[in-house]
Amino acid sequence: MSEAPAAPRTVSADIGLLLKPPQPRAGWRLLPARVVAMCAVELQKLRHDRTELYTRAVQPALWLLIFGQTFTRIKAIPTHGLPYIDYLAPGIIAQSAMFIAIFYGIQIIWERDAGILNKLLVTPTPRSALTTGKAFAAGVKSLIQAVVVIVIAALLGVSLTWNPLKLLGVGAIVILGSAFFSCLSMTIAGIVLSRDRLMGIGQAITMPLFFGSNALYPLSVMPGWLQAVSKVNPLSYEVDALRGLLLGTPAHLSLDFAVLAVAAALGITAASSLLGRLAR
Amino acid sequence: MTSAAVSCTGLTYAFAGTKAVDGFDLTVEEGEVFGLLGPNGAGKTTAIRCITTLLPVPAGMIHVFGRDTAGDPMAVRRLLGYVPQQLSADANLTGRENVTLFARVFDVARRERAERVGQALAAVDLTDAADRLAGTYSGGMIRRLELAQALVSAPRLLILDEPTIGLDPIARTGVWEHINAVREATGMTVLVTTHYMDEADQYCDRVGLMHRGRVRALGTPGELRRGLAEKRGTDTVATLEDVFRDVAGSGLEDEGGDFRDVRSTRRTANRVG
Repeated sequence: MSEAPAAPRTVSADIGLLLKPPQPRAGWRLLPARVVAMCAVELQKLRHDRTELYTRAVQPALWLLIFGQTFTRIKAIPTHGLPYIDYLAPGIIAQSAMFIAIFYGIQIIWERDAGILNKLLVTPTPRSALTTGKAFAAGVKSLIQAVVVIVIAALLGVSLTWNPLKLLGVGAIVILGSAFFSCLSMTIAGIVLSRDRLMGIGQAITMPLFFGSNALYPLSVMPGWLQAVSKVNPLSYEVDALRGLLLGTPAHLSLDFAVLAVAAALGITAASSLLGRLAR
Repeated sequence: MTSAAVSCTGLTYAFAGTKAVDGFDLTVEEGEVFGLLGPNGAGKTTAIRCITTLLPVPAGMIHVFGRDTAGDPMAVRRLLGYVPQQLSADANLTGRENVTLFARVFDVARRERAERVGQALAAVDLTDAADRLAGTYSGGMIRRLELAQALVSAPRLLILDEPTIGLDPIARTGVWEHINAVREATGMTVLVTTHYMDEADQYCDRVGLMHRGRVRALGTPGELRRGLAEKRGTDTVATLEDVFRDVAGSGLEDEGGDFRDVRSTRRTANRVG
């Protein structure tokens, strides 16, 4: 400490703006502003530390490289004439986006333990807006991961569309899907309240969600009970839409969008109602 | 309706049957630095969490500048700057990004955002370190960063929960000097909890001694100390700690500080390093 200890500290800098409370945003503009704020934080974090982006690229690369190439050779799965690796690529994009989102609740619990969540809850941010912001932040994180997987797939020779409108659709689908899975994760976080338990539950549900979807094989080859599971699994609708947009296979795009939007809305509602438990 | 900065009447809050706060009455006047004192487990943090709208309380129990926390929590939050007990800056963001987040969630307009964030950082002497990751900050710097995060929205009431916990004496003094300097410059009301009686004595205008969920004694530190000296009929100078022992009576040593309390305190201390 170089300053003289006797003199009381004063604020020498100009703090004129800090005397004036900011103008509150009008009701309808509040939600988009909070979503932007949460997404900005996620992007800033990714800019400072890209390790996760690289390490998380390993698994999807292996799926495409090993599983994809092998099953392309043995032609065991009916794909309507597509090379299996092409058929698989959208499934792996959806899977890697889901893996990120499904563990997003861990970050919420970490933020709770660090006091960050409490501090955000004492800002003029309704709980539903905070959850929506977090859900879309998870979506942005997943979207960047999806871009990485799309690039890997393209390098492996998968013939994907480069139509910008369709790619925009891909982005929207990935964000909606991840918003749902991150809310599922935050809902579980609100119930179990501990990182370890959430980690265990996350591990337990990711594989059933993945194998119980059309990511690896079409609905037609599944036994009846698995078809039923797949039909209520939002991941199936995400994969269906991604396949339709990226490969041009027949898809039910409006149904897929509708199911994912409704799932995301339900997820946000559930996670918001449990957020209060995390504040206690 | 009162226009005090904070007024609580008969506040009661229970966790799983245990009353953490029980018949808590408190009035904090506008412009003062009010210290809520008490040992671990006295209910300070629970009271703070009720005032900050984190815990749900029935209508009519808490008013902040005349607004009911139950009736209009959003309006109350716009008046508050809150620094929780844990070191709550995000270590994966820079100091500037940490403050910018709070500027955004308090609706600071984009055109003045950068300047306002800069002023908040300057007010706590963090301009030079603003673009480093908060993970590289010392404990005292993180507390100052949290102060900047709270200041960026120009709150009328600053609430700090154990702001100096786990800090070394020099950092503790530094944090208090910044709190006082900012109060001096902005005129805001400060409500602070602490279990360091010496800090309260030195820096608070008025203190409330809290024990088992209720405020047991209230006044300026001088009043409370003189009161005890008169009661004992001695000339020896009493300390706030003496006053506290007198108020709380026996059983202080084995009471308070449940496991969760101690664990969260340890965690904060660990992060301070």
